[in-house]
Amino acid sequence: MSAAPTTALARQLLAAGPQGPIDVPTIQYAALSPVLIVFAVALAGVLVEAFAPARARRGIQPLLAAGGFVAAFVAVVLLHARRQVLAAGAVAIDGPTLFLEGAILLFAALAVLLVAERRLDSSGGAIVASAAITPGSPGATAQRTSVGVQTEAYPLMAFSVAGMLLFVSSNTLLIMFVALEILSLPLYLLAGLARRRRLLSQEAAMKYFLLGAFSSAFFIYGVAFLYGYAGSVNLGRIADAAGTVGANDTYLYLGMALLGVGLFFKIGAAPFHSWTPDVYQGSPTPITAFMAAGTKVAAFGALLRVFYVAFGGLRWDWRPTVWAVAILTMVVGAVLALTQRDIKRMLAYSAIAHAGFLLTGVAAANSDGLRGSLFYLVAYGFTTIAAFGLVTMVRTADGEASDLSQWQGLGRRAPVLAGIFAFLLLALAGIPLTSGFTGKFAVFQAAVAGNAIPLVVVALVTSAIAAFFYVRVIVLMFFQEPTMEGPIVVTRPTLTYAAVGVGAIMTLLLGVVPQPLLDLAGTAATSGFVR
Amino acid sequence: MAVHAVAAMRPVAMHTVARYAMPHEAQYAAASGSFSVMWLLLVLPLAGAAILLLGGRRTDRWGHLLGTGASAASFVVGLVLFFGLLGRSGDNRAVSQHLYSWIPVNGFQVDAGLLFDQLSAVFVLLITGVGTLIHIYSVGYMAHDLERRKFFAYMNLFLASMLLLVLGNNFLVLYAGWELVGLSSYLLIKFWEYKPAAATAANKAFYMNRVGDVGLALAIMLMFATVGSTNYDTVFGAAAAGVIGYGTLTAIALLLLLGACGKSGQFPLQAWLPDAMEGPTPISALIHAATMVTAGVYLIARANPVFTGSQAARTVVVVIGAGTILIGCVIGCAYDDIKKVLAYSTVSQIGYMFLAVGLGPAGYALGIMHLLAHGFFKAGLFLGSGSVIHAMNDEQDMRKYGGLWRLMPVTWVTFGLGYLAIIGFPGLSGFFTKDKIIEAAFDKGGTSGYLLGTAALLGAGITAFYMTRLFLMTFHGERRWSHDGPEAKHPHESPTVMTGPMGVLAVGSVFAGGLFVLGGSLQNWLAPVVGESVETGAHTMSPAVLTALTLVVAAGGFAGAYLRYQLRPVEAVARPDSDVGLVTVAARHDLYANTFNEAVFMRPGQYFTRFLVWLDTVGVDGVVRGTAAAVGGLSGRLRRTQTGFVRSYALSMLGGAVLVVGALYLVKAG
Repeated sequence: MSAAPTTALARQLLAAGPQGPIDVPTIQYAALSPVLIVFAVALAGVLVEAFAPARARRGIQPLLAAGGFVAAFVAVVLLHARRQVLAAGAVAIDGPTLFLEGAILLFAALAVLLVAERRLDSSGGAIVASAAITPGSPGATAQRTSVGVQTEAYPLMAFSVAGMLLFVSSNTLLIMFVALEILSLPLYLLAGLARRRRLLSQEAAMKYFLLGAFSSAFFIYGVAFLYGYAGSVNLGRIADAAGTVGANDTYLYLGMALLGVGLFFKIGAAPFHSWTPDVYQGSPTPITAFMAAGTKVAAFGALLRVFYVAFGGLRWDWRPTVWAVAILTMVVGAVLALTQRDIKRMLAYSAIAHAGFLLTGVAAANSDGLRGSLFYLVAYGFTTIAAFGLVTMVRTADGEASDLSQWQGLGRRAPVLAGIFAFLLLALAGIPLTSGFTGKFAVFQAAVAGNAIPLVVVALVTSAIAAFFYVRVIVLMFFQEPTMEGPIVVTRPTLTYAAVGVGAIMTLLLGVVPQPLLDLAGTAATSGFVR
Repeated sequence: MAVHAVAAMRPVAMHTVARYAMPHEAQYAAASGSFSVMWLLLVLPLAGAAILLLGGRRTDRWGHLLGTGASAASFVVGLVLFFGLLGRSGDNRAVSQHLYSWIPVNGFQVDAGLLFDQLSAVFVLLITGVGTLIHIYSVGYMAHDLERRKFFAYMNLFLASMLLLVLGNNFLVLYAGWELVGLSSYLLIKFWEYKPAAATAANKAFYMNRVGDVGLALAIMLMFATVGSTNYDTVFGAAAAGVIGYGTLTAIALLLLLGACGKSGQFPLQAWLPDAMEGPTPISALIHAATMVTAGVYLIARANPVFTGSQAARTVVVVIGAGTILIGCVIGCAYDDIKKVLAYSTVSQIGYMFLAVGLGPAGYALGIMHLLAHGFFKAGLFLGSGSVIHAMNDEQDMRKYGGLWRLMPVTWVTFGLGYLAIIGFPGLSGFFTKDKIIEAAFDKGGTSGYLLGTAALLGAGITAFYMTRLFLMTFHGERRWSHDGPEAKHPHESPTVMTGPMGVLAVGSVFAGGLFVLGGSLQNWLAPVVGESVETGAHTMSPAVLTALTLVVAAGGFAGAYLRYQLRPVEAVARPDSDVGLVTVAARHDLYANTFNEAVFMRPGQYFTRFLVWLDTVGVDGVVRGTAAAVGGLSGRLRRTQTGFVRSYALSMLGGAVLVVGALYLVKAG
């Protein structure tokens, strides 16, 4: 039973063998430029950390990171027509890749604005001054008001973004695994960098790390099985092997299932979602925004690629399982959000529900589903960044006013801010004239076309349940009297304004004139994945 | 906004359209040349309203001038188009302009289009002509009002809406105009909204109009369901060709009638119109006398093929018309408020118009004719009453007037001419147009003809009585006011900007009627739209005898009022209800129309809404709350799985992984 894979492995490892020297793959640096730029920015950030004085770092790092993301985005735009497999089949540059890379870079740039905001807290920023100080120790109180910032956050974000870019473009499972780790490890650290509520933040980081490691194990275990089945980690080869009859497909299905578990964990699908609320709540809110938008895009990109390319021929086998996961995810997300008292946890469950809605697009298993999912990811990303950005602006003396009761009557105190938040909530609920509606419409339509009607019915019912808790917050903000010790809305946090503004405007634009982006997603989707 | 059905969806209806629309469709020429500016008619006042409303206080200084200018410009465009129409041959005098496709979706085409034909032409001239005069008058009347600009903005909005109503080439455009005039009427009735009575009156007008509007909306839906279109040509073609069943046709006609009754203040929806007098007097003249309230008559005349096809519906129309004539007259005798009397007079005069159009092909043109004549003299009367009210420091009680003719000669003359016109003094407008209707009613023949004719004749007599009463109490007799004391009055003639329009309208009151009947000019002009008025030749009563009879009856009414209010002194305070006859008491209470509405519609309506609220709370909300509670409970239960322990999270992941593997295997095996 083990003879075949072992032979195959040996053959590949010794492919050069006696015949000649090992092939050194030619690298098309231009086509890889987005990833390379971000890696370069990350490394430069490390050097800045080493050599620049602390004061200067606080200015240089955000500029470097944001500039790098924008430059990489420009590179993506320049590459827009590329369709090729690079680096000896390791990386694929195609429509969906470029679309998703563009989205990740935009969201990362917006997230940098939120992270770099220093006017919100009296001391400056959501990132801790020194992560190493033990909570509860005398230094902990001092660091809360210190102007210092752990500026390592920026290079860490850059590494994570590089991992995300690689994640959505990897054409072999090994590269995908490496990318997964590159994107995850910095996130584990970033989750622990909240200035306020240090214990909660560290707990979040710990949990995220442990569970992430657990899921990575599933992922690599799946990779191993698939290699055992197909004799290759290349997605195209796996698809070819799955198309032939007669091979022992136990490995194939085991591999598919375990790989799927790893990816479901990353997108936050039930029953692999348990980390999401804890981590979203504990992380510094700008980092939560970054995770909610960026990680989701990257994870769905990889999921789509794996299921559409490697297992495209087996869609009749995996669709029922994806259906089940989607239904469970939507129900768990929507139902559990109902009883949340914490705004960030509520948004976390909302993110879970949205993962479920996105899975309906995946389950459609057609080009329309791909198009709808791409659109949905962008729409959701903008909305969620704006929403978390807004959460950072509503504060009490102890930090963010995360408890929902503190949001009572906010419409009276800060009508514009509450109005924007209400609009974003309506977008999350999927009300027409917001991007949320267009996105849902796109994926549900594709799912109906793909005969997934029961799934769409569940999706609509859970949308209705979800609408309840979004609207409840609106009612709370506008139709109830403000409490005496209500939150303070911080004035003029310019960078946050910018990020929230961009997110809200895009939410509106994608709801009112969605056609350009739908066309772009359509172009990306119809050209499909290269193998 | 014409609704076309697409063949794939409604094959039957499409077939109907294709077969029966042809002869009518050929009548509407496409707009070209000067007619291509038809849309300007609407856009000019609309732009005026927009500028004045959006411009805010900045436009205060010249807002009234702009409003008047917009109205006058629209009148000029109307004149140009009218003469353009005159220059065309008789069969070719209907010009239609397609504006744009409103909802260009497959299977549901809604187009916006205008139609300028003989009927809309006379309405356009009436609306913009009288409208412009009243705009000019309002410059003086509203001079001291801080919100004058807003007043002109609403008036311009009204003009645009009313023009949309009469210019639409299908029922949906008409409906849009219908609702918009309702809105502008509402806004203008409550223009002085700090007066509780004005606010209440506006609401009442709005609610009662809603009742009628529902009828109109249902009629339009029924048309669409039956012939697959709401275009005039298609619907009327189908009605004339007899493809709509008699029952359906009658239903459409009756629903249209309900809409017409609501807008025109006819029985049983008449009660809002007198209350609407709480609005500024120019509004009473423009909207609640000359134009909007006659929209019901327009609707019936416009939809004449539908009514011609249904004898039953026409019977209902004439009964309502004749009944409303008498209701209006009787109540008009009992009120002392000058504007309320004029309002009930309007109700009763529109009753004449309904009676006329209900008579079918013999009467459509007569109804329109009386409508136009009425537009002049009633607008004139209202403006005159406004002039008096203005002079008397907003006093509206006629018992506190008296002997004003010497102090306000211009008002006296112009008002007097309008008064003579309405009571049918020989040679003036009302004499020609009202006589024609009475004659046509008698000519209907049979018992019903006699009944209707008698009602109309009686109405003429009572009209003479209450109008003479009003005229004498206001301008003649003793002065029941004084120059000093707490209620000191200093009556004076109004400025030229007010008396000028009154003069023009007085001239119209004198000559309009004669002009219309001269050689049957208006009837011939309207014939292509409403059909030739069929002169049966066999008169029930010779026209000369009937005219004489009418004059005698009217003279009787005049004499009664002269004896009662000129030769005997008028009490300055009305006698209490206990001291007057039963009829007077009933009339003073609007013949208990409000009580009736309250008892029959409002109370049961309230009980019904309470019942619905109860049903909603117990039934619908119960289910909703139950579901919500169930979901909430589930949420609380599920929440406990979120323990916060990494070990249980990892366990759930492991369980999930096992499930995923199992599921995939299961699917593969199955």
